[in-house]
Amino acid sequence: MSTPPTAPPTNRNVHRFAVFTACCTFLLLIAGALVTSNDAGLSVPDWPLSYGSLTPPMVGGIFYEHGHRVIAACVGLLSIILAVWLWRVETRRWVRWLGVAAVGAVIAQGILGGITVLFFLPAPISAAHATLAQLFFCTVVSIAFFTSAWWQRQRPSVRDAGAPGIHALAQAAAIATLAQLVLGAAFRHKAFGIIPHLFGAVVVTGLIFWLAGVLKRRFADVPELRNCARVLHGLIGLQLLLGGAAWWSRSYSAQFPQPIPVMVTFTVVHTVTGALVLAATVLTALACYRLVGRSDAFAIRAGASGSSQPQQAAL
Amino acid sequence: MKGKSLIFAGASVALAIVMISCGNKQSTETPAANAPAANSAGKPVDPSTAGTVTGTIKLDGAAPKMKVINMAAEPSCNKQHTEPAMTEDVVTGPGGTLQNVIVYLKGDFSQYSFPPAAAPTTIDQKGCQYHPHVLALMTGAPLQVTNSDPTTHNIHPVPKNNREWNESQPPGATPINQSFAREEIAVPVKCNVHPWMKAYIGVLATPYFEVTGKDGSFTIKNVPPGTYTVSAWHELYGSSEQPVTIGPSESKSVNMTFKANAPAD
Repeated sequence: MSTPPTAPPTNRNVHRFAVFTACCTFLLLIAGALVTSNDAGLSVPDWPLSYGSLTPPMVGGIFYEHGHRVIAACVGLLSIILAVWLWRVETRRWVRWLGVAAVGAVIAQGILGGITVLFFLPAPISAAHATLAQLFFCTVVSIAFFTSAWWQRQRPSVRDAGAPGIHALAQAAAIATLAQLVLGAAFRHKAFGIIPHLFGAVVVTGLIFWLAGVLKRRFADVPELRNCARVLHGLIGLQLLLGGAAWWSRSYSAQFPQPIPVMVTFTVVHTVTGALVLAATVLTALACYRLVGRSDAFAIRAGASGSSQPQQAAL
Repeated sequence: MKGKSLIFAGASVALAIVMISCGNKQSTETPAANAPAANSAGKPVDPSTAGTVTGTIKLDGAAPKMKVINMAAEPSCNKQHTEPAMTEDVVTGPGGTLQNVIVYLKGDFSQYSFPPAAAPTTIDQKGCQYHPHVLALMTGAPLQVTNSDPTTHNIHPVPKNNREWNESQPPGATPINQSFAREEIAVPVKCNVHPWMKAYIGVLATPYFEVTGKDGSFTIKNVPPGTYTVSAWHELYGSSEQPVTIGPSESKSVNMTFKANAPAD
């Protein structure tokens, strides 16, 4: 099945570095979620320094807030290194610019974080900060995917004869998941109640089950897409359970004078699993674009060659 | 051209950061036009005819059990408590007397002027708790925040009708001086470093208020003759009101009771 590459692959170390950056970004998401769950967002009143220094006393909520800032600074640095590295070694222009976009996103994210502190956590800004975090994570994960040997290897393309097309369905699932994360962030930052987030959960669950089902039925002989379906099924099931647990733990913790570990754990894990669901839908959509050709293109090719056998896709 | 664009982009980001950094230094707050019930150009209250309103606030029913505060995250505060620190949402005394209730008079005080507070009202942070838990002061009166703890706090009032502020206070720092320009019952105060720390500050336009002590009693002195509403506010049980008419040099007693199972207003 495997065929020789048609373009010089990206430096393997760049890919490894992109994966490392994505892992660090995931840690950053956990740190950010810990800040919110521990109600520590304003424990450091100043920004960009913390208590006028780079090394404030790491007590109580300061541990979470300043820890989040330190990890964010590290991820920002990693993003800059990644972008410069891509710019130097990557032959695909759009991948180079994606690295630049990641740097832009991380800078914007830092500024949004500063606004949330200096303006006492305005709900729209806090929700935007949380949403941009997810988008940045997806961008870095995508860069890791695009620089992988798998992506750059020439793959046999398969045909999608069904309706709706797998590309549209995968896109819809990714967009709906992002919208659901926006609703979740808005609820978490008290912009509005739980109802829109619950409604979004129904829509996203339906779309992801639909997408996973279609992947299993139409592309049973494509192991990558079968695996995508498994991951999507697993993640959405886990996320639904975590959502219920997070809701219960929030209600339960209301009687306590401070955030309790069970609430912090469930809400943080639910938040970061949401990021994983979004990353999974984005990667699934990208894999679909990479592996599945458009039906009309196949029709033309099949007509020209007189065959309906799978064709070689371009990079 | 590319270089210029990069310089422009960099300058924009730097400008944004500077603007944001300066953004929280808000201008001096002015009192709302309709908030004060007193008139700075009015006459002083005549002490020879002024009366007094006294009374006791009680809780009808069993007080909810207070929760133990887990201060394990802050050992320096934890060791200040020989017994577990408890929440102070509902503090009752013998006979169901209710502490930490802000009792104040509502009415037309527009013809009177009131002297500014002689001394600042103080709230201290000790053992990672606010002392007192509930306090009240007049609009524009000085509030002094002190830190007796060997740890850093941030004091963060979350008002609805006043300017929000959030200041850090390391151990041994000089007191923070602030004030509130508008009436508000009551401004929640919290410390985000230690999320169990909560207090309430009542801000009133007149000096006719008091916060009940352990015996649930209050005394509001120097009240000009007239008809008023005695209003009592509790953080958990909300507000309760009762009318009162004070004659010249008269002293009236007004007792009020909150229902233990009543939800807050």
